[in-house]
Amino acid sequence: MASSVYLCLLRAVFLVCFVNPLIQGLSGDANVVQNPHHELEENLTGLPIVTFKWHHVQTPYLVIIWVFVAGLAKLSVIELNHHVTSVIPESGLLIILGFILGGIVWGAGKAQTFKLLPPTFFYYLLPQIILDASYFMPNKLFFSNLGAILIYAIFGTCWNAATVGLSLWGCYEAGAMGNLDIGLLQFLLFGSLIAAVDPVAVIAVFEEVHVNEVLFILVFGESLLNDGVTVVLYNVFDAFVALGGPKIDAAEIFKGIFSFVVVAFGGSFLGVVFAILLSLLTRCTKHIQIIEAGFVFVVGYLAYLTAEMLSLSAILSITFCGICCQKYVNANMDEKSVTTVRHAMKVLANGSETMIFVFLGVTAIDTEIWVWNTGFILLTLLFVFIYRIIGVFLLTWMLNKFRLVPIEVIDQVVMSYGGLRGAVAYGLAAMLDEDKIPEKNLMISTTLIVVYFTVILQGLTMKPLVQWLKVKRAAHSDLKLIEKLNNRAFDHILAAVEDICGRIGDNWWTRGWNRFEENYISWLLMKPKARRNRDYLFSIFHKLNLEDAVNYVSEGERQGSLGFIRSDEAANVDFKKQFDSEFTDVMPDIMVDMSNYELEIENVSVTSIVKDTIPSVSLDIHGHDRKNAVDDINAHHLLQQHLYRSRKNHRHKYSRSHFSINQSEDEVQEIFQRTMRSRLESFKSAKMGVNPAKKITKHHKKELTHKMANGHPDGTGHLYGDEVDSAVGSETGAIRGTFMRDMYTVGAGIENPVFLPDMDSPTHSSLPWLMETEAVAPSQRAQRRLPWTPNRLRRLAPMRISTCSTDSFLMADLEEHEEQPQTDHEEM
Amino acid sequence: MGSRASSLLREEDIEEIKKQTGFSHSQITRLYSRFHSLDKGENGALSREDFQRIPELAINPLGDRIINAFFPEGEDQVNFRGFMRTLAHFRPVEDNEKNKDPTSGEPLNSRTNKLFFAFQLYDLDRDDKISRDELLQVLEKVDVEQKMSIRFLH
Repeated sequence: MASSVYLCLLRAVFLVCFVNPLIQGLSGDANVVQNPHHELEENLTGLPIVTFKWHHVQTPYLVIIWVFVAGLAKLSVIELNHHVTSVIPESGLLIILGFILGGIVWGAGKAQTFKLLPPTFFYYLLPQIILDASYFMPNKLFFSNLGAILIYAIFGTCWNAATVGLSLWGCYEAGAMGNLDIGLLQFLLFGSLIAAVDPVAVIAVFEEVHVNEVLFILVFGESLLNDGVTVVLYNVFDAFVALGGPKIDAAEIFKGIFSFVVVAFGGSFLGVVFAILLSLLTRCTKHIQIIEAGFVFVVGYLAYLTAEMLSLSAILSITFCGICCQKYVNANMDEKSVTTVRHAMKVLANGSETMIFVFLGVTAIDTEIWVWNTGFILLTLLFVFIYRIIGVFLLTWMLNKFRLVPIEVIDQVVMSYGGLRGAVAYGLAAMLDEDKIPEKNLMISTTLIVVYFTVILQGLTMKPLVQWLKVKRAAHSDLKLIEKLNNRAFDHILAAVEDICGRIGDNWWTRGWNRFEENYISWLLMKPKARRNRDYLFSIFHKLNLEDAVNYVSEGERQGSLGFIRSDEAANVDFKKQFDSEFTDVMPDIMVDMSNYELEIENVSVTSIVKDTIPSVSLDIHGHDRKNAVDDINAHHLLQQHLYRSRKNHRHKYSRSHFSINQSEDEVQEIFQRTMRSRLESFKSAKMGVNPAKKITKHHKKELTHKMANGHPDGTGHLYGDEVDSAVGSETGAIRGTFMRDMYTVGAGIENPVFLPDMDSPTHSSLPWLMETEAVAPSQRAQRRLPWTPNRLRRLAPMRISTCSTDSFLMADLEEHEEQPQTDHEEM
Repeated sequence: MGSRASSLLREEDIEEIKKQTGFSHSQITRLYSRFHSLDKGENGALSREDFQRIPELAINPLGDRIINAFFPEGEDQVNFRGFMRTLAHFRPVEDNEKNKDPTSGEPLNSRTNKLFFAFQLYDLDRDDKISRDELLQVLEKVDVEQKMSIRFLH
């Protein structure tokens, strides 16, 4: 506690000492900016070794200093929050810190030069927050609730604006505010700028509360989309105020309504156009992937500025740009670019948010703007609060008649309480024209107070309120794969029932849109490679593979269970050096080389093994390690073998087009052994003798060989006998156990017995899901003993189910065994 | 659509179906005309072929399961009552539904009944158990990624 307080004080002192001379420099040197040359000439008596060139760097320096200060502020806020038991939301603390900073600057006697100016806010600080919000928007949730969101955004905002404005006007007429130079139109203007729920504040407060996703998307979506209404209302009333009362007739009002349509839909349409542009751009950047990430930000910002230029709704434009482009951009871009964009966006958005809140605090400490009118301010607070509640409940009551899953009362309470106003309102207020609106300062003051009230107080009490009301919270973990699959199955069921009923429901639209999108839009906007990799389950599989791999590494390092990882630094290096290259080689191949699979089966199978082994390795070992510390060495060997195998297989892929010289001794030996073994096998199988290569399995399955009635080649018999046995056992633990036993009884080390049965399989097993057969895919264990031809797979299905005699299977083995020697030779 | 269909549906039938399933009057009449349009053989009952004539069901991977769900055990024809009873499972859940008739048990669209119906969709051979194969079959038919999904379940 003491240390963090100490740190904060240290920072404050630092800021004071640092900021003060800067400000002095700023105010002092303002005049000297124009003629630096003259200055230098005048004072030049000797060669100056070092000069203080403040005016050269003045503007960017100040900007950077304030960004730096904002960052420090966030840091101290986070530190403080640990001790304040995270009761106050960060945004609130940042505003308070802004107060302190403003106080420091004011105390230094300087004028408040660092206000939050509207242009700065609207052009440099706001766009990245909105882009970040829309880029990470859960599209499915958003669009399925779009009706409700639009109702709240449009009608809710209009209701708020109208009621607040009119009530204030009514109270003014009733004399509650004393003497002010305001008319009805100005009240309406004020109402329109204070009515809008602010996306920045909503994100800042709600992200710490974790309410259920429907509630969140309703509030958040509303805060994003109401900008369309706010902009229109603001501009309309601003124009009306400028025109003056008498000139407003029906035509003007009609124009106002029409402008809403144009602004809102124009803005959204513009956003979609830029999203298409962005998707097309990322589609073409295959060879210059380093600038892909930049395009996202540039085009997003362009969307914002273009809409602003055309006086359309800029926030709507950038929102729809982000929403529409996310799918295609993520599919088209290289994985590294995707990560870059995500992180960069988060950094920018967080930074902007911090700066906005700090500046909101700093601008408070300015003696010029404060005008206090008790009636106005208190009444505004009251009306804003009450009309929000009334509006939400009214609209929800209407919506619930049409919704499939109604919005509960408790959610409505949270929604109305969550109507936070923020920096957008302040920005709009600061943009008011003083000549037309003499009471501008009063409005600014009121806006600031409303903002502070909602962000600090309502933000403060939001979390306890949510807990007290027992609002449904967000699910803590992602759905498991089986749950996701079930969800999909039920989508299909719903669609079927709707077809039977003959009515066109939600699902019809969703399916129709999905089909249209898959066929036409994706064709246009997605890279062909990305389109082929679009398989939903495959992407989940890939993601889970990566997770497993990462978990395995961190688990191993943490537990210290793996023999080759002893300490963080040294062992880390070893592991990475030895295996990381293989992982990174292997992993990207999963995505990159999938496109080849339609062309050559051989290439396919390699990557399929690669894909298959990684999860089987991770899953096996992961669980295994946890259970039994003794088997850690086993795990080590297993891992080494499997990774080793995958790297070798990976190299295999290139062996057709490039001839690469084997660097590793082990590999050379292994390949040699393989070759010899397979040659040997082909000889021996002709003689129907015992195959030394298969010793490993034979040892284990001696009993079964005796049972075999016929004298056909034992090699195959062993192979499948083994398998049947484990299939009968039908427990992965047992399977792994037998497998391990196999390896260690023969004392195999690096010379990998596991490989023996498989040597031909990489080139022969094809992806089950690519084949046209109806076979059930083999289990993990089966993959290690993959059959030699694609046809083999079919037999695994009956084998797993039936537990009785294996004769029939061995018979089946017989005819197909003859193919094997030929295929061996082909492969060599 | 209108007159001919509704003439075959008597008022007391509508009342009874309403009580049993909770659909409103207009919904029942509309669904009856749909039933009638599906019933090409004009015998007052739907067979499996009638369902299969719906084009979208043919491309739905779970189409035949849904069709099976309409037909009770062993039968090949479903009359309007049965049709409505199955469809009633899909009505949205109403929390405020006052239980007019305490002896009628839970309404057909209660959560429990929905879950039971969903279970039956998976349980093909109707032995009140979902075997692994039945589960596999459902998941298999969902899109081409079938083989992927099976592999993962092991």
